[in-house]
Amino acid sequence: MNLAITLLVAIAFASVIGTVLKQNEPYQNYLVKFGPFWHGVFEQLGLYDIYSSGWFILTLAFLITSTSFCLYRNTPRVLASLKQYQENMQEGQLLNLANHSRHRTRLPHAEAVNKLTAYFNQIGFRTRIKRQDGKTTLAAMKGAGNRFGYLFTHSAIVIICIGGFLDSNAPLKIRALQGTLQAETREIPLSQIPDESKLSVDNRSFRASVSIPEGRAVKAAFINSGAGYLVQPLPFSILVKDFRIEHYPSGQPKSFESDLVIHENNNSVEKTIAVNHPLSYRGYTIYQASFGDGGSKLEFRLHDLFSPAPHAREHSATVNQSLTLQYDNNPHRLEIAEFRKFNIFANDDPTLNKKFRDFGPSVAFKIRQPDGSAKEYLNYMYPITLEGREFLLSGVRSAVAEEFKYLHIPADDDGSATRFLRFLALLNDAEKLARIYADNREALLADNASVEKIPEREISAVILRLTRLFLDGGFPSLQQHLDQELDAATIQSLSNTSMKILRFGLQQAYMAMMENEGINAGSLSERDIQFLNDAIVALSALHEYGSPYYLQLTDFEHVEATGLQITRSPGTKWVYFGFSLLIAGVFLLFYVPHQRLWAIINSRDARTDILIGGVRTRHARDFNRYFAQISRTIKQLTPGE
Amino acid sequence: MTTETIANNLKLTDNRLRLRLVDYLWFALILFGFGWAYFNYRQYMDNYEFIIFGCLALALSYAGVAWAELRRLFLIVTTLALLSVYLYEANLAHAEERFLLQYFLASQSAIMWMSFLFVLAALAYFYALFTGSAFSGSAGAGLTWSATGAGLTGMLVRWHESYLISPEVGHIPVSNLYEVFILFCVITAIIYLHYEKRYQTKALGGFVLLIVSAAVGFLLWYTFDRGAHEIQPLVPALQSYWMKIHVPANFIGYGCFSIAAMLGLAYLIKGDEIKPDNNSALARLPALADIDDMMYKAISLGFAFFTVATILGSLWAAEAWGGYWSWDPKETWALIVWLNYAAWLHMRMSKGWRGAAMAVWAIAGLFVTLFAFLGVNMFLSGLHSYGEL
Ligand code: HEM
Repeated sequence: MNLAITLLVAIAFASVIGTVLKQNEPYQNYLVKFGPFWHGVFEQLGLYDIYSSGWFILTLAFLITSTSFCLYRNTPRVLASLKQYQENMQEGQLLNLANHSRHRTRLPHAEAVNKLTAYFNQIGFRTRIKRQDGKTTLAAMKGAGNRFGYLFTHSAIVIICIGGFLDSNAPLKIRALQGTLQAETREIPLSQIPDESKLSVDNRSFRASVSIPEGRAVKAAFINSGAGYLVQPLPFSILVKDFRIEHYPSGQPKSFESDLVIHENNNSVEKTIAVNHPLSYRGYTIYQASFGDGGSKLEFRLHDLFSPAPHAREHSATVNQSLTLQYDNNPHRLEIAEFRKFNIFANDDPTLNKKFRDFGPSVAFKIRQPDGSAKEYLNYMYPITLEGREFLLSGVRSAVAEEFKYLHIPADDDGSATRFLRFLALLNDAEKLARIYADNREALLADNASVEKIPEREISAVILRLTRLFLDGGFPSLQQHLDQELDAATIQSLSNTSMKILRFGLQQAYMAMMENEGINAGSLSERDIQFLNDAIVALSALHEYGSPYYLQLTDFEHVEATGLQITRSPGTKWVYFGFSLLIAGVFLLFYVPHQRLWAIINSRDARTDILIGGVRTRHARDFNRYFAQISRTIKQLTPGE
Repeated sequence: MTTETIANNLKLTDNRLRLRLVDYLWFALILFGFGWAYFNYRQYMDNYEFIIFGCLALALSYAGVAWAELRRLFLIVTTLALLSVYLYEANLAHAEERFLLQYFLASQSAIMWMSFLFVLAALAYFYALFTGSAFSGSAGAGLTWSATGAGLTGMLVRWHESYLISPEVGHIPVSNLYEVFILFCVITAIIYLHYEKRYQTKALGGFVLLIVSAAVGFLLWYTFDRGAHEIQPLVPALQSYWMKIHVPANFIGYGCFSIAAMLGLAYLIKGDEIKPDNNSALARLPALADIDDMMYKAISLGFAFFTVATILGSLWAAEAWGGYWSWDPKETWALIVWLNYAAWLHMRMSKGWRGAAMAVWAIAGLFVTLFAFLGVNMFLSGLHSYGEL
């Protein structure tokens, strides 16, 4: 018994660990989190896959054994006790019970016995009678179900564990230990996967998953195993005719559905599955588990960020494809990782009166350098309104664990990045800039008294220099430059001045560009000024962007893939049977009390004495009240003299 | 010795229910109500929902006969909910325009009334405990019934409101943390009222209402700080008839475990048996053995329903996630809670443990339960999709 409780508590503790420590993550993550020493310890203890670790299974096995043993020992006794009415109870024993009472009746012996028997039966007790030497013992019992409660709950535990074991991955573990099974770690076509990584089509128990693009069919699924995967061939093929996501009016997903066709020999079955509505087919169950991209075709334009004239190249690629590109003699790979048609987020912009908003299509991609390092990008196709202004967002990060940092490119009136890119190209064009700055020298001098220190003929060179510094390193590098070249006293006065000069220069360049567009300086609207400010913020972040181009999604053809889970689980029947036993057992145990009553009717000298007693195995306190009522009723039924 | 008292005693010792005229009227009413709903709405229910619907009718029939006060509660709540439907006239905007809706019968107003009344009830119960005022004790009970009625009405009205937003958004209000907190308050209160009647004591009301008030506090914070009261459509994983039974069963369990913990607290505070002539608050608490017994009953009931709930959850998981057990954190914590109380019950049933240690364990159990209920949502991620804080 103490063992049982110890085991229950041990399993509870192991389970706690299993929830606090995320299970089955890539080992790299653990290594980073715990350091090499603890990582080694934890790995040895099997903490990363606790529920199939040896010691956990052993604890469970122990639990099953001890419960089975307990059942084996107690079952005969429990069953026997159902037949034992204990009609040999003696007066002395009854008097020792907490609940007993005695009185004397004027009724004749036989009538008293009859009345008591009838009463006991009426309140649901079964009775046995024993007569001896003018003494009658009436033994009564009720609530045999309670005893079954004990048997049911405990057999249920054993049965559920057996069912769970049938569905566990233990056979795979054993085969892996024997070395006849090896997880595949490479991403290679099905036909090239070696046999050691393939399971039998007759495998009776598995839980596999597969992602199928619309319009395609598969005949196998995959099981994650350690650092790789195993192939589970299927006796049928699954064709995905269509995958759909339906949305609520607010934009949140309402349902995920796949139209499937199962083909086996010459039979075919067609069904639409959805979350909570799986398909059962010949002992296999197919679930809608997830969804993903099935190779969407994307068209995009790469806008050069460093060329002195607007320059872009058109490309196309499918999701999961990668392109090798050459920029400034720097070869790198552009890997298209993911495309999303919708990006629905909780709205945190108070100027928009809605709870959710759709940021529209996005593409995630990586730019991988020849040395293998990569930066990850996330670009939205359409501008997004933030605080009443529109921006094209492009996120960048160097590691998966980081949050994306977003470049906010101000969008022009067409919702495109054209104006910003043209501005950037102009700033990259030193010659044109020099001309613009030289043309506007007077305006600067008129505007800024503090520029006096700088010789007049040098002024445009200074602006040019500052502009370059700013583009290459943002505000920080501007500051750094000043720190390096000047002493502390002048920094204070100059840093302010150089900011002003820079700002002035950028503004001149911007106005020159706008004039080319036909908007002259005098008529710059508030929006145009705001655009400049936003552009300066974006420019100051550009040096951290790390990509030689801005990828602009121009068109797409969305091909979705449905993520299915396919299971075969022979243990389910056992488990469900165990569940019903468990529920029945628990209610019998708690709500059907097992109780006994005795009455000893003793006649001597023409007097009839009645002694009654009773016990209940559980909820004894309620029984006190109940027994008091019984004894009162009996006194009324068999009145005294 | 009249035959009448004998008959009465027979009735008391016989566990079968004796039906009276009002009981038949009650059956007739249920038959009418459910029959009407059946003929009008059968086409919107799938077979499982129809079974749940039928079981609900049976459960209500039984509960109403076994517990007259509960029947009264159901009648009042149904009337109020129907009145609200009538006032809405299928137009959500009426919540702001019609006096009765605005101040009483819109779900949000009803839930505010529930919150207010529960806190008031806790105060009344405690006042009764400290002063011995019988009136205050009855007021506590009355307030608890009213708060329960307001909460239930609020839930039913919210159910209707969700359909008014749009038929495809409509769903039973047990789908997120906000909604289940209301459910928790209502269920805990009803179970407590049951024990109050059974043990004929109002001295423990304050303790139980304390935890209900804590839940109310959370609810209010969640409403005003997070705006959690807004009705959200269901994510695909929750669109299942299983939710209708899994969640309420779970909350009967949680409610019972919370009550048991508060009883454990009362047990420890009382500490020792007190002489009968003593007239302090402690003396007004029931005898230690009674509190202990009540605690055992609450944990038994909770355990039974928690077993059912966990099994229902497992069946649901088998349908939604492709496996009856995935060691998902929420699932695992349900197992931990279950194991904890299984161990508690073993100690009590086969070792006969009683007293302070079991009371402490019952209180510790509340923290385990609380973690399963809230902590998992806050600290651990997994397949369970409702109620992120
Ligand atoms: C995790 C699962 C469980 C295990 C491992 C387990 C194990 C045990 C063991 C080893 C005993 C002692 C038997 C003996 O000493 O002969 C026992 C007794 C008992 N168990 Fe369990 N049990 C489990 C679940 C349950 C459940 C769910 C209930 C019901 C609510 C329950 C109710 C009882 C009762 C009432 C006894 C006492 C029987 C008696 O004294 O005659 N058990 N259990």
